[in-house]
Amino acid sequence: MAWNEAPARQGVPEEILRRWERKGVSRRQFLQFCTGVAATLALPASFIPKIAEGLETDRRLPVIWLSFQACTGDGEALIRAYHPPIDNLLLDVISLEYMDLIMAAAGHQAEAALNQAVGKHAGRYVVLVDGEIPLADKGYCTIGGMSALEVARTLCSRAAANVAVGTCASYGGIQHAAPNPTGAAPLADAVPEAGNVVRLPGCPCNTENLTATLVHYVTFGRMPEVDLLGRPKFAYGMRIHDHCQRRGHFDAGQYAAEFGGREHRLGYCLYKLGCKGPETFHNCPSFEYNEETSWPVEAGHGCIGCSEPVFWDTMTPFYLRLPNVPGFGIETTADKVGIGLAAATAAAFAAHGVASAFRKKDRMEAEKVKKED
Amino acid sequence: MAEKIVVDPITRIEGHLRIEATIEGGKVTDAWSSSTMFRGIEIILRGRDPRDAHHFTQRICGVCTTVHSIASIRCVEDALGIPIPDNARLLRNLIMASQLMQDHVIHFYHLHALDWVDLVNALEADPQATAKLARSVSDWSKSGPEYFQNVKQRLAKFAQTGRLGVYANAYWGHSAYRLPPEANLMAVAHYLEALDWQREMIKIHAILGSKNPHPQTFLVGGMARPIDPDSQNALNAHSLARLRDLFEYSRLFVEKVYIPDLLAVASFYKDWAKIGGGVGNFLAYGDYPMTPDGGFEGFYFPRGVVLDRDISQVFPVDQEKISEYVARSWYTYDREDQGLHPFVGETNPLYTGPDPPYDFLTTDDKYSWVKAPRYMDRPMEVGPLARMVVGYAGGHPEIQQAVDALLKKLGVGPEALFSTLGRTAARGIETLLIADKPVLWLDELADNMARGILAVHNGEKWDPVTWPRDAWGVGFHEAPRGALGHWININDGFIANYQAVVPTTWNSGPRDAKGRMGPYEAALIDTPIADSRQPLEILRTIHSFDPCMACAVHVLDGEGGESVQVRVS
Repeated sequence: MAWNEAPARQGVPEEILRRWERKGVSRRQFLQFCTGVAATLALPASFIPKIAEGLETDRRLPVIWLSFQACTGDGEALIRAYHPPIDNLLLDVISLEYMDLIMAAAGHQAEAALNQAVGKHAGRYVVLVDGEIPLADKGYCTIGGMSALEVARTLCSRAAANVAVGTCASYGGIQHAAPNPTGAAPLADAVPEAGNVVRLPGCPCNTENLTATLVHYVTFGRMPEVDLLGRPKFAYGMRIHDHCQRRGHFDAGQYAAEFGGREHRLGYCLYKLGCKGPETFHNCPSFEYNEETSWPVEAGHGCIGCSEPVFWDTMTPFYLRLPNVPGFGIETTADKVGIGLAAATAAAFAAHGVASAFRKKDRMEAEKVKKED
Repeated sequence: MAEKIVVDPITRIEGHLRIEATIEGGKVTDAWSSSTMFRGIEIILRGRDPRDAHHFTQRICGVCTTVHSIASIRCVEDALGIPIPDNARLLRNLIMASQLMQDHVIHFYHLHALDWVDLVNALEADPQATAKLARSVSDWSKSGPEYFQNVKQRLAKFAQTGRLGVYANAYWGHSAYRLPPEANLMAVAHYLEALDWQREMIKIHAILGSKNPHPQTFLVGGMARPIDPDSQNALNAHSLARLRDLFEYSRLFVEKVYIPDLLAVASFYKDWAKIGGGVGNFLAYGDYPMTPDGGFEGFYFPRGVVLDRDISQVFPVDQEKISEYVARSWYTYDREDQGLHPFVGETNPLYTGPDPPYDFLTTDDKYSWVKAPRYMDRPMEVGPLARMVVGYAGGHPEIQQAVDALLKKLGVGPEALFSTLGRTAARGIETLLIADKPVLWLDELADNMARGILAVHNGEKWDPVTWPRDAWGVGFHEAPRGALGHWININDGFIANYQAVVPTTWNSGPRDAKGRMGPYEAALIDTPIADSRQPLEILRTIHSFDPCMACAVHVLDGEGGESVQVRVS
């Protein structure tokens, strides 16, 4: 077990390791976790002791999870967390003050617990939001008789930081898709008081990126550096296409033409089956999902661009290949492409604001791809 | 004197649910179930490519992720007449079975258990006695005194911080908690173990379909995960071996932890076998095709209807007999005294509830975003209990055997099924039954691979030019929470109309035009309430249904009042 012994304590003080052992976390588990976080955040090993210090129990970060118009996929993703495992996360790393999915209290008692936490930790707690906030009518989403908007305003304005978990809260997700029947809005749009919202898009959010963001905050006392779309650079700095394990096939012009066919079985590039990897900025190929078990392209299905702003409208139809994909060089930065997409979407909403604009655009692009093929 | 109480938010569920109830003489005398959130996914589907629909519908719910994908691809395949390759049937069965097991175990430990288990009281347990108790109910390996001592210590350290987080301010110490400290400690230990288990076993979804939640692998006509024993980029012998390990790991936990815990907890709460019965009518579409043709006659869980708790007779299912009422929901019909079949339904949303912030809903008028579905004009319960009752009544040998064994262990008769405890027990029984099946499907998959049968997708009708101009289809699935149906109309290659009637719509729906309660409401009547300020007992019965409100939410018509044939459920 040389790999286990060689790095020894990684510079982490012995007393910290002992404290964690007393809490039932072995030193190996703890060091693995700190090392994993450092790797996710692309930090050198010399930061590991700092991460370890940041995780001391008596400094547990108060966290409030708010769920609005959502499918709870992001909350489910959280309970699949590996680094750290969800039980350590809940008992040792953060103090999750409110999360309706798993909290024991209900009704008045749940509200009381929330109010108590907010009062005690005002200005110090971090709010995690999943889902969107309907603006067309307050009656579309109420919790304990309060509108979603009121809940978000009250709690986000007094937070130390607000994090949008998943594409819905980040940029608008499924209920935001044209024609956006409920006037659903992402956190930053609905609640300007939330300030600079850190956005962790993905449908659902990759829980590794969420835990790494929280640990970054605990460790350094600030949120990670973000791009112009509010996404942490450590997770959204590269295109899927740039690190895809099928990239060699793309460069060699080897494409799968049908699902289950020989080329598909051999792992050829999925571009012609509609893969949106060339226009999607996300670390899926590097970190994968469910403890690095797999991710969509590896498993044979193209990327649907689920972390891009309003992807339900800009990335559909999912099985049609992207038109006019440029040369995939280094000539384009994440910010440029991301802004381009968001601007195009905003313009489309401003100009039409109705489903038909998107449906027409889909059909036009479909025709275009057919012609190019 | 009657007192009206509110429980909102109902936590440890998916989504936003509110219960209002009248308490008199220590019992619930009236109840109203309200969904307080909706989104509008089916209206968003109109005009889109039907091959994309399953990605959208999957996001109806991230807890029972996969179920709306499966119902969606099935309704498109039904509309277009697309048979799927045998491997696709097997891959779908494997995904559905692992979803059901994971969903039910999470429900039992992380959503439902704290209604029965007093976490704080576990701190008083003797680890030695806990080990003795654990070994008396199961031969699960993690059962030594040291193990329970560690759990207790960890819990104590956590409690000493004074910051209980999501475990703060619950009903700890409530008189309705009845487990001895040792049983509480055992359950808390398994609550933590189940967190590990659900995270580990669901790698099955990652291997078969890229990730969880929201696997990305479903296709109209089959599945996107290639199979090839001679490729490292497809499911091969190595992947099958990993899947076998994970399914065995899943089965062992169900058999040696979940079921013994269920029995142990239930034995202290047998009075709950007489509480929470509900409407007594049960609907199951059936699922898990065991034969390559995929017909419902070969489903493992049978299709059928049982009425008025009469298990001497099972009626066939006829989807034409489904209708939905909006008399007490925030929608309008021309004639609200009638229910409408999904194909001729209307969705005209009109929020007439109180302006938030509010204290009470206007429960004598409209009070929920959920419609009231009815079958043969009757409210129906769907879910694990419905599946087990339909199977039991229909003489399904394995279901009969499993149900009888459990009833015998608890020393109760079949009538005990119609209760809060029966609902929770049925969920465990079907998990145990399903846990045995994946190994059969893996064998079939290996057999196909050995014979060079590698197809996972039928692409003959992938291109929309092969489609009829106008096509209609229905897709059914037995989701963990019950009978799920999607209806689609494809016109000119695009979705003209899409509808879903979902398990939690059946169970959580409000009253209909004739004032008949939905299953949640009916089940709450006569529930004893020891302390109206701490209505723990309401949570027990509501949680026994495993609510999933995002699923139950109805569509909103974007044009503001235009009549459409689309609904969400």
